[in-house]
Amino acid sequence: MRVFLQVWRQKNGQSKGRFERYEASEVSPDMSLLEMLDVVNEGLVQKNEAPIAFDHDCREGICGMCGLVINGVPHGSEGGATTCQLHMRKFQDGDEIWIEPFRAKAFPVLRDCVVDRTALDRIIQAGGFISVRTGSAPDANQILVPKENADLAMDAAACIGCGACVAACPNASAMLFTAAKISHLGLLPQGQPERHSRALAMVKQMDAEGFGACTNHEECEAVCPKEVSIDFIARMNRDFAKAAATFRPPKARGGGD
Amino acid sequence: MTLNSNCPTGPIEKRWEKRRFEMKLVNPANKRKYNVIVVGSGLAGASAAASLGELGYNVQCFCYQDSPRRAHSIAAQGGINAAKNYTNDGDSIFRLFYDTVKGGDFRARESNVYRLAEVSVDIIDQCAAQGVPFAREYGGLLANRSFGGAQVSRTFYARGQTGQQLLIGAYQALARQIAAGTVKMSCRSEMLELIVVDGVARGIVTRDMVTGKIEAHVADAVALCTGGYGNVFYLSTNAKGCNAMALWRAHKKGAYLANPCFTQIHPTCIPVKGEYQSKLTLMSESLRNDGRVWVPKDGKDSGKRVSDIPEEARDYYLERRYPAFGNLVPRDIASRAAKQVCDDGRGVGPGGLGVYLDFADSIQRLGKKMIEERYGNLFDMYHHITDENPYEVPMRIYPAVHYTMGGLWVDYDLMSTVPGLFVGGEANFSDHGANRLGASALMQGLADGYFVLPYTIGHYLGQRAAGGVKLDHPEVKAAKKSVEERVRKLLDIGGSRSPDSFHRELGLLCWEHCGMARKKDGLEIALQRIPELREEFWKDLRVVGSGEELNQELERAGRVADALEFAELMVRDALHREESCGGHFREESQTPEGEAMRDDERFCYVAAWAHQGVDKEPVLHKEPLSFEYVKLTQRSYK
Amino acid sequence: MATAVSFTASSIGKKYVMAVSGIALFGFTMAHMAGNLQVFLGRERFNGYAATLHAMPAVLWVFRGVMILAVVAHIVTSVQLALRNRAARPQGYAKKQSLATTYAARTMVVSGPILFFYIVYHLLHFTFNTLHPNYEVTDLYSNVVASFRQVPISVSYIIANACFGFHVFHGAYSLFQSLGVNHPRYNGALRSLAMAIAVLVTTGFIAVPVGVLAGLTK
Repeated sequence: MRVFLQVWRQKNGQSKGRFERYEASEVSPDMSLLEMLDVVNEGLVQKNEAPIAFDHDCREGICGMCGLVINGVPHGSEGGATTCQLHMRKFQDGDEIWIEPFRAKAFPVLRDCVVDRTALDRIIQAGGFISVRTGSAPDANQILVPKENADLAMDAAACIGCGACVAACPNASAMLFTAAKISHLGLLPQGQPERHSRALAMVKQMDAEGFGACTNHEECEAVCPKEVSIDFIARMNRDFAKAAATFRPPKARGGGD
Repeated sequence: MTLNSNCPTGPIEKRWEKRRFEMKLVNPANKRKYNVIVVGSGLAGASAAASLGELGYNVQCFCYQDSPRRAHSIAAQGGINAAKNYTNDGDSIFRLFYDTVKGGDFRARESNVYRLAEVSVDIIDQCAAQGVPFAREYGGLLANRSFGGAQVSRTFYARGQTGQQLLIGAYQALARQIAAGTVKMSCRSEMLELIVVDGVARGIVTRDMVTGKIEAHVADAVALCTGGYGNVFYLSTNAKGCNAMALWRAHKKGAYLANPCFTQIHPTCIPVKGEYQSKLTLMSESLRNDGRVWVPKDGKDSGKRVSDIPEEARDYYLERRYPAFGNLVPRDIASRAAKQVCDDGRGVGPGGLGVYLDFADSIQRLGKKMIEERYGNLFDMYHHITDENPYEVPMRIYPAVHYTMGGLWVDYDLMSTVPGLFVGGEANFSDHGANRLGASALMQGLADGYFVLPYTIGHYLGQRAAGGVKLDHPEVKAAKKSVEERVRKLLDIGGSRSPDSFHRELGLLCWEHCGMARKKDGLEIALQRIPELREEFWKDLRVVGSGEELNQELERAGRVADALEFAELMVRDALHREESCGGHFREESQTPEGEAMRDDERFCYVAAWAHQGVDKEPVLHKEPLSFEYVKLTQRSYK
Repeated sequence: MATAVSFTASSIGKKYVMAVSGIALFGFTMAHMAGNLQVFLGRERFNGYAATLHAMPAVLWVFRGVMILAVVAHIVTSVQLALRNRAARPQGYAKKQSLATTYAARTMVVSGPILFFYIVYHLLHFTFNTLHPNYEVTDLYSNVVASFRQVPISVSYIIANACFGFHVFHGAYSLFQSLGVNHPRYNGALRSLAMAIAVLVTTGFIAVPVGVLAGLTK
C-alpha cells in the first residue's frame, strides 16, 4: 500500500516548524507505523535529507519513550496501545496521515517530533517515592497489603510516563500522570506516612511546570496506553484537599533527610 | 596478567559476610568528597546510583533515554526470583544457588552466585518497602509462582510487568536522591569514552544528544550498568537504543571482556515478518505451560492451512524428544530444537522460520475462558502484532536473541580489570554462566545495584584519597579530543549507506553464523566477513546532518561502529570455545542424540579477552572455575 | 492561612472553588426556579411570594451577599483556569480528534460567558427594572407575563437556559470528580443524575416563557 504523510519538521527548539509532506510507497500492512517511518527515513538519507527525528526505544509498548500524535490522537486510535504498537494495517491505501509531536508548554519540542518530557520526572522528584533507605526494609511479608489495594495500586502504577495524557488533554494537564503516582503510593500501607506531604509537593510541582488544570474531558483516559482511569484524579483531589486542610509544616529539620 | 577473582575463602555461606567485614570504610563526613559516575539507569544503575547517593557520595548518573525510567529493564515480564521460601516448598538460599549454577551450565563463579542467592531475599524486602505493587494473596501476603521450569515457587511478580514495577521502584529511589541533591542526573547523554589515568578509571566522556556538546566528567570511580550487547544481532528483543558502546569503550581501555559468545536465544518470540522489521517481540515463556509446540512431519505440508494438516501428520517434537520435560525444556534446548526442525525445511510461516505453539488442546481441555484468564493479554498482544487470532489458529513462534550472559570481566567485588571501573547488571559476566534462568536477570540487576556495588565501591574509595584528576588533566583532554575526532570522522565519511543498513547486515551475519548453533567453518566465515564489513562501514557510511544537533543517525553510527568491532570478538570467542554449553551450541560438540556436550576438561574456565587493537588478535586470559559445592554434571532433560 | 492561600492558588484548589461556588449558584437557581414556577399559580401567589422575599431584607441581603461572593469566585477562578489552560498549550495541533469529551465540556468556556451576559441582562430586566422603566415594582407577575409575551425576549431566555442546561450538566457531573467524592461504582449513576438535574432545571426555567406564550397564564 501507499500512504502520504504530513510530518511536523522543526530543526530545534528555537526554530519555527512546519509540516512536510512525504510519500511512503511499498508499505506493508504488517509494518508498525514506526517501521514505516524507518523506511521513509532511509529514503531521506538516500536523498541526503535529514531523517525525521522521533523518540522510541523498546518498541513493545512499555518504556513510554515513543509518542506521536497521529491524525489528532496521541499514540493513534488503536486504543490501549502506544505509538510503537500501531500497525499500518489500520490505515487504508492512499490515506493521508498527520504526524505531530505532543504539544504542551511543559513539553518543548527539541527536534521534529521529539519533545522534552523531563517535567514529568521533576513531578516524581518532588515526592513521588517512598523514603526508604537501601537495606532498612523489614521482611516483605510484615507489610500486609489487601489484595484489592495491591491490584488497584498496580492499575495506577501501570503508567508508563509517556505523557499522552498531557498531549490529549485540551488543557495540557498532567493530572492523570500525577494522580496515578499519588494513588499508586497512597493506596499502599508503605505510602501512608508521606501521603499528605507527597500530594502537596507533587501537585505544587505539577502546577509550577505549567501544565493546565483538569476540566474533565476524559481525553487522557481515552488515549492512555495503559488505560489508567480518571478515578485516580478524583482520589488525588481528595488527598490533596485533605492534605491542604491538615498540613502542618515541619518546624525544623533534624536528623536524617 | 593472572586473573584474580578476589573471592573470599572459607565456607561459601560466610564469604560475603567476611568480605563486608574486611572492607575499608569511608568516613561519613568525607563521602561527599568522592565523585562516583554511574552509567545507565536500569535496575542496576538506578539502584546503585540511588544507594550510593543515599550513603553520601557525590553521584552523577547518565542515561541515553529522555528519562531514567525508560531503561530496558522495564520490559521484563515474568518476575524476580528470591529464596524466601514463603510457599514452604523447600526453597532455600542454597537451592537457588544450586539451581543457578546448574542452570548456567557450570560456567559461573560459585562465590558470586551464592551471594546473589543470599541477597535475593533482601531485594524483595527493599522493593516491597518502596511500594512495588507485587501480586498478593487474599490475606495480604505476597504471592509466588513457579517460573521457567523451576521446581519451587520462588518467583515474585507484578502482573506481567515485573520489570517495569521494579524499575519504577528504583527510579523513584533515584528521584528521591536527585531531589536531595546527592545524585545529578543527565538524560539524553551517551557515554562515548572511558577516561583512564595511570591505569585507573577516572571518568567518562559524554555527548549531549540534544545539543551535541561533548563533555568530560571526572570521578573517583566509574560504574557501568549499561546492559547487554544483544543488539549486535540487530534483531533482538532488546530496545532499539540498547548498545554495546560503553562496554566496548571500556574494553578498548583495558577492561577484559568475558565469555562474549554466551548469548541467550529465547524460544518464544514472534517470528520475523519482513525486511523492514526493526525488533522482535518476546511472548512470555509461561505460554509453554499450556501450548504444544509442533511442525508438520513432512516439509511439504509447511505451507498448508493448519486445519488441513491431520493430527498424525504433526510432529510434537519437544514432547517426542524430551518426554520428561516436554514443552517445558529450558530455553536453550527449546530454541535449538526449533532451529533444527526449520533447518529440516519443516518450519511454518513466511520464510519457513517459525513453529506452531498450539493451544487448541488446552482450550478444549480447560475452556477458552481459562486460557483467556491465564494468557489474555499475551494473546491480545500477539493478535495486535500479527493480526492472527491465537484462539483460532496456533501462534507461530521463533527464537530470538534476548539476553547476553557474557560481559565485562569482574572480580568478586564487581570491579573490572581496570581499577576503579565497576560493572553491574547484564553488562558484567558474573552470575549466569552460559545460560540464564527465567526471573534471574531482575534479581541480579538489583542485587548488584542495591547490595553489592554500594559496598564494594565504598571499599575501593576507602583506599584512596578523593579527587586528584581535574578536567584539565592531559589524559582527560586527550580522551575528549579522541571522541571529538571520532564524531567528526563518522560525519566526514560521506558515503552512501545509512548506519542501519550496516547494522542489519552485521546482525544477519552474526545470526547466521553465531546464533543458535555455531560451527567452525561458519564462525570462520563470519570472522573474515566482519572486518570487511567494518572497512566498508568506514568507507561508505553516510551520516546526514551535523554533530551539534539532535542527530539520531549519528548516535546510531557510533553504536554500529562499535558493534562491528564487538561482533568480531564475540565470534572469536565462539570459535575458541570448542564445546557446547548453555546458550553456546557448537555443532562439533554434541552427543550422538544431538544434545549439547560440555567439555569440562578443556573449557571449565571463564574466557577473558584483552584488547590489543582493532584488527589485532586479542589475548585470551583464563579464569579457571572450580566447583566445590555443586558437582559438575551433564544436564539432561530426557 | 498560608496553606489556604496556596490551596486556592493550586490547580486542584481552584477546581474546589469552582465546584463549591457552583454548588451554591446551583442551589440558588433551584430555589429561583421553584419560585418562578409559582407564576402558574396565579398573580396573587406569585406577587405574594415576591413580597415575602422583599419583606425580609436582612435575609435577602445575606443571601445576595453569598451569591455575589459565589459569582465572583466562580468567574474569577474560571478566568484564571481558562488562562492557565490556554497558556499550557501555546501551539495547538493541526489536526485534533477528540475521543471522549462531550459537547457540554468543550463549550464550558463559551456557555459560561453567555450566562454571565445573560444574567446581567436578566438582573437589569427583572431586578433593577432599568430596561423597562414602565414596569410595576409591586406587580412582578404582570412584568413577567408582559415580557414573555414578547417573542424575542422569550426566545433569548430559552436559548440562555439551554446554555445553562449544558453548563449545569457538565458542572454537576464534574464537581463530584473535582471534589473527589465520586466512586467508580456510582459514576454512571452520577452522570445520569447530572443529566436529570440539567434537564429538570432547564425545563423548569423554560416552562415559564413557554407557558406565557402558550397562554397558560392570565
